[in-house]
Amino acid sequence: MLLRHTTKDIKEREALAINPAKTCQPVGAMYAALGIHGCLPHSHGSQGCCSYHRSALTRHYKEPIMAATSSFTEGSSVFGGQANLLQAIDNIFTIYEPDVIAVHSTCLSETIGDDLTQIVEKARDGGKIPEGKHVIFCNTPSYVGSHVTGYSNMVSGMVQLLSESTGVKNDKINLISGWVEPSDMREVKRIANLMDAKFTLFPDTSDVVDAPQTGSYTMYPKGGTKVPDLIASGDNKATLAFGEWATKDAAIKLENKCKVPFEVTELPIGVRATDRFIMKLSKLAEVAIPDAITTERGRLVDMITDMQQYLHGKRVALWGDPDQLIPMVEFLLDLNMKPVYIVSGTPGKKMHQKLEEMLLPVVPEAKFKNGIGADMYLMHQWIKNEGVDLLIGNTYGKYISRDENTPFLRMGFPILDRVGHSYFPTVGYMGGLRILEKILGLIMDKQDAESTESEFELVM
Amino acid sequence: MESILKDRQNQVLTKGIDSHELSCDKSSLAGSVSQRACVFCGSRVVLYPIADALHLVHGPIGCAAYTWDIRGALSSGPQIHRLSFSTDIKEEQVVFGGEKTLKKALIELIDAYNPKAAFVYSTCIVDLIGDDVESVCKSVTKTTGVEVITVQAPGFAGTKKDGYKVACDALMKLVGSKGTNETIPNSINIIGDFNLAGELYLLRDYYEKMGVHIVATITGDGRVDDIRQAHKAALNIVQCSGSMSNLAVQMEKKYQIPNMRVSYFGIEDMSDALYGVARFFDNKDMMDKAIELVKTEVSDLLPKLEFYKKALKGKKAAIYVGGAFKAISLIKALRMIGVKTVVVGSQTGNKEDYLTMKNLSDEGTILVDDTNPLELTQLVKRTNADILIGGVKERPIAYKLGLGFCDHNHERKLALAGYEGMLNFAKEIYGTAMSPVFQFTKNK
Repeated sequence: MLLRHTTKDIKEREALAINPAKTCQPVGAMYAALGIHGCLPHSHGSQGCCSYHRSALTRHYKEPIMAATSSFTEGSSVFGGQANLLQAIDNIFTIYEPDVIAVHSTCLSETIGDDLTQIVEKARDGGKIPEGKHVIFCNTPSYVGSHVTGYSNMVSGMVQLLSESTGVKNDKINLISGWVEPSDMREVKRIANLMDAKFTLFPDTSDVVDAPQTGSYTMYPKGGTKVPDLIASGDNKATLAFGEWATKDAAIKLENKCKVPFEVTELPIGVRATDRFIMKLSKLAEVAIPDAITTERGRLVDMITDMQQYLHGKRVALWGDPDQLIPMVEFLLDLNMKPVYIVSGTPGKKMHQKLEEMLLPVVPEAKFKNGIGADMYLMHQWIKNEGVDLLIGNTYGKYISRDENTPFLRMGFPILDRVGHSYFPTVGYMGGLRILEKILGLIMDKQDAESTESEFELVM
Repeated sequence: MESILKDRQNQVLTKGIDSHELSCDKSSLAGSVSQRACVFCGSRVVLYPIADALHLVHGPIGCAAYTWDIRGALSSGPQIHRLSFSTDIKEEQVVFGGEKTLKKALIELIDAYNPKAAFVYSTCIVDLIGDDVESVCKSVTKTTGVEVITVQAPGFAGTKKDGYKVACDALMKLVGSKGTNETIPNSINIIGDFNLAGELYLLRDYYEKMGVHIVATITGDGRVDDIRQAHKAALNIVQCSGSMSNLAVQMEKKYQIPNMRVSYFGIEDMSDALYGVARFFDNKDMMDKAIELVKTEVSDLLPKLEFYKKALKGKKAAIYVGGAFKAISLIKALRMIGVKTVVVGSQTGNKEDYLTMKNLSDEGTILVDDTNPLELTQLVKRTNADILIGGVKERPIAYKLGLGFCDHNHERKLALAGYEGMLNFAKEIYGTAMSPVFQFTKNK
């Protein structure tokens, strides 16, 4: 019993986090920046931050993750980090030759009050940014929001510092990717191409953090949204943004800056969220929905129909980020399952409202919490009070899964102990099929393993 | 070589070609893709294996989240060290201070987990906003009766190595706080082994077979009460000199306990670590038992290694690890299985370490301090290495290059210390160097 100390007795906690269901902003900014082609993320703070984020992403993707650091010292914490960042920009362009440096701040540089706008301006005036190269940046104080906020801030930074409007609109649309896996970004592109939509997807980490093994190492893999495409995003006729938390802010900023109208849609996880995505894509890109897409939908609905008896009434606990959790809860309800416990360390009242709307009428016993005090300890306490049939979330659920002997589907960030998430999507109808296949596999494996000899069934 | 930063030229040298001394102990250049971490990281890795203590990170959530159970330091009993506790500070605390939050968190946690002691890690921002962590810890110690120890570890105050020192200072607050001052005969503390993959269990077994009494293991499979009595040991044996030799030095000063630097890696060093202890105690019975043990283990091991030595003959390895002492042992151990070291480097080595490495290396071997991925890639290519030995951030680079890889850091999955560990090491190097997967890569 690794979590032998977890008690049933739940007390209100004001600040303390035990086994958190979130991490801090900068890692999100780093991940988003990797979705630009030829970009080197840069962490403006102590070198530990950079090292931790790189390690976390490396463990999740089993890929080399490159990022530079301002390597703050005692001196920088007193006199400010301007000198460090100026030197860093110079060194990076000289040695590592990226097209873009994407700087994010840390709690340290935020608190000492470094002004990134002014420092980058100074670098430009001092000729440290070569012709045709770019430095973008965003503020990611670790004590505000969560890793999702950091992702959102960097995506907004892309829009604010790169997107431009020439005054002439073209007929492409922007697809702003939420925090999903490279496999999901690839799947969104596949669907959009299948529909003959003209689009720019950003950020796009496919072919960056799922690079092939070729026997040579390239610091900047072939994937990532190209800078000219990011600049031209200001001329595109519309924007479809995936997820309130990770992308809405960027969509608003792009509208304000370049007059590109936008719509926000949930991450297309499950039948209905994918339906909404397809409809909105069809509307904004002014393209028809081909039969191929309708057929994919039909296959997903078919599998749900075939296997419904194994899903009905099963109690599910899930944790992660709001943009994933909301459509996932909707999907579980459509599968006739019962999402009973939901936690997210990411704050935001909207999550509570949305879950309330979805769950109160059908699963009145559901408990959910996000923000302060919503952590894996609380989740475990709920489960101790009444168990569940399935856990869905990042790797940190494995302690609960083991202690409570409950099947566990890994989804979200980080996944440190399984592979596959980089390659097989969970978005779109095909992604729905994969989620469903995994859920069924887990439930049926447990039934097979624990049924008595006489109950053990060949055909299921 | 174009990809060595100009200011780093003195941190790389080729034996037999370059005449300069290897420059080290320098802070990383701003803008480099350094593989190094911070003071907090250093203190956390040293203290975290103490399994019956509470480890509370006072700062924003990240510092606790990224250090949650990532290092595989095993405990044979309590598991509190594997949980993640954070004061999760927000804007409000940044503006108004985090002392109240810290105090409340400590009291709640001590109440819930009843630990033997508590460590509070003070991070970058806590130092900046000026929380008086020390006085909060003192007051909580008073009210709860559980000793709460401050670990002053703002990330910017140096490198990981400085964090080791901070951890040693924290440990010194425990050492000597329990029991009489009487020295236990034939007793040792095992310092600087973190019980990765259960390595400490092997060591414990070896020493106990020799009749040596182990007072405390610091910090692998560590327990607060053992560390409190560590001053009663007659000898400190210290591995991983980078991280914990400072504790041994402090204990020598304060409690006159002599110390011995050892490595448990490779036959030669492991045997020296056993003989050294017997020699120190000048105890014939102990020495006889050590000789017997080594004889049994080695005569069992050597024939098994023969196969690997033949198979691996002529293979070349590049080493890039955190501590320099480990790198030194690795050169010897690789030689034992027929593998030549062509690049060797560390994140935190000092002048003396690099001199030892240089003396031990063949002509043409490249020595490097605090390298970065681009530089490492170039060095590996230039020397035609077959295998890279490193840590979590190096593994995927090696694989992308079509090289074999062995994690000699905290993500090792098999014990690599001791005699059993040497065989595991040979198997792992063989498995990766000979892996059929590399036939599929074009450029190899």
